[in-house]
Amino acid sequence: MKIACTTTGNDLQAPLDPRFGRAQKLIIFDTDTNAFSVIDNAGGVSAAQGAGIQAAEAVVRAGAVALISGHIGPKAFRALRASNVKMYTTDAPTVAEALARYKAGSLVEAKSADVNGHW
Amino acid sequence: MIIAVASGKGGTGKTTVAVNLARSLDRPVHLLDCDVEEPNANLFLHGASERTEEVTLPVPVVDTAKCDGCNECGRFCQYHAIASFGSQALVFPELCHGCGGCMLVCPHGAITETPRRIGVVEMARSGEVTALTGRLDVGVALAPPLIRALTRRIVPETTTILDAPPGTSCSVVTTVRSADAVVLVTEPTPFGLHDLTLAVDTVRALGVPFGVVVNRVGVGDGRVHAYCAAERIPVLLDISDDRRIAEVYSSGRMMVEALPEYRALFGELWHAVEKLAAKKKGSREAVR
Repeated sequence: MKIACTTTGNDLQAPLDPRFGRAQKLIIFDTDTNAFSVIDNAGGVSAAQGAGIQAAEAVVRAGAVALISGHIGPKAFRALRASNVKMYTTDAPTVAEALARYKAGSLVEAKSADVNGHW
Repeated sequence: MIIAVASGKGGTGKTTVAVNLARSLDRPVHLLDCDVEEPNANLFLHGASERTEEVTLPVPVVDTAKCDGCNECGRFCQYHAIASFGSQALVFPELCHGCGGCMLVCPHGAITETPRRIGVVEMARSGEVTALTGRLDVGVALAPPLIRALTRRIVPETTTILDAPPGTSCSVVTTVRSADAVVLVTEPTPFGLHDLTLAVDTVRALGVPFGVVVNRVGVGDGRVHAYCAAERIPVLLDISDDRRIAEVYSSGRMMVEALPEYRALFGELWHAVEKLAAKKKGSREAVR
């Protein structure tokens, strides 16, 4: 099962990026193999509009069934929900900590966007 | 003849020049306020409102019975206003620019269009001036389609002045490309010069003849004039840094009415602009 996390770095010890659409990168972590890959989100960082939709597309294309980030905007929420991707928001400082909380079952699934667009 | 009044920097006096130029003509003229995010020309013209028309954009509607989630529409749309995520296509109307492309590329005929209001065009009359004001709805971020709704209302063979938005972005390009000549209003300050150079680059790329009006001459320095001389850009008018102009402006009046000595200057400006516009007409005919 693949889990997407937003990050500013390239490995599991890197900070969790609190933004989704404009996160610098996405880490796609495979819970079956403990392997991960990194997706660059430079297009979203510089997008004038629609960053959340682009990032949601990247998450779906990577085959992730869940996303962990700091916050979720309204368009990203709609797009991910349509694809049945579960969303979790957390203040975990690193990707590793976010994944640990996910595995421990302490993350609560987001039922709505928690920020406006362009926050 | 269609004249656009533009600038790089905001607050240099575009609207001041546009409304005073319109009023100084003493014959029928249409003034289109294309600064649709904060239109203000009619604050000075005090035109009585005659009509308000809604402006809408066609945005897609997906027929869920026909959409199979192939995402042809999503691959086509540069603005991510429609996309399919392994599901049926989702529409994000606030991102849609209304091009209709998704409807054309959909292989299943699943997309139709519905109008989405983005703002209004208000028509008012003040003496010989017919003022058309574009007013974007609060929260809408699509100035160019509303500006095109204004420029579509240009009446051929009618003298028309376009009051452009500041800057050099899409909304300015949309306004200026309709014009036979452009008046770039600036101020003799480092900021004024910096943004003037950007505006000059933009107007040159569009191939529209242009000249410069320097407002508030007396403040700042001589670098704007030096730049115009070096670039062979005609300075059409210097407006001095006269406190009375600011007083007239701040009470919602026009200098050609309250300070008659400036009336002749705007007459001269109009003659200079007519000469510029004739250049474009000449080059158009040469192309034909």
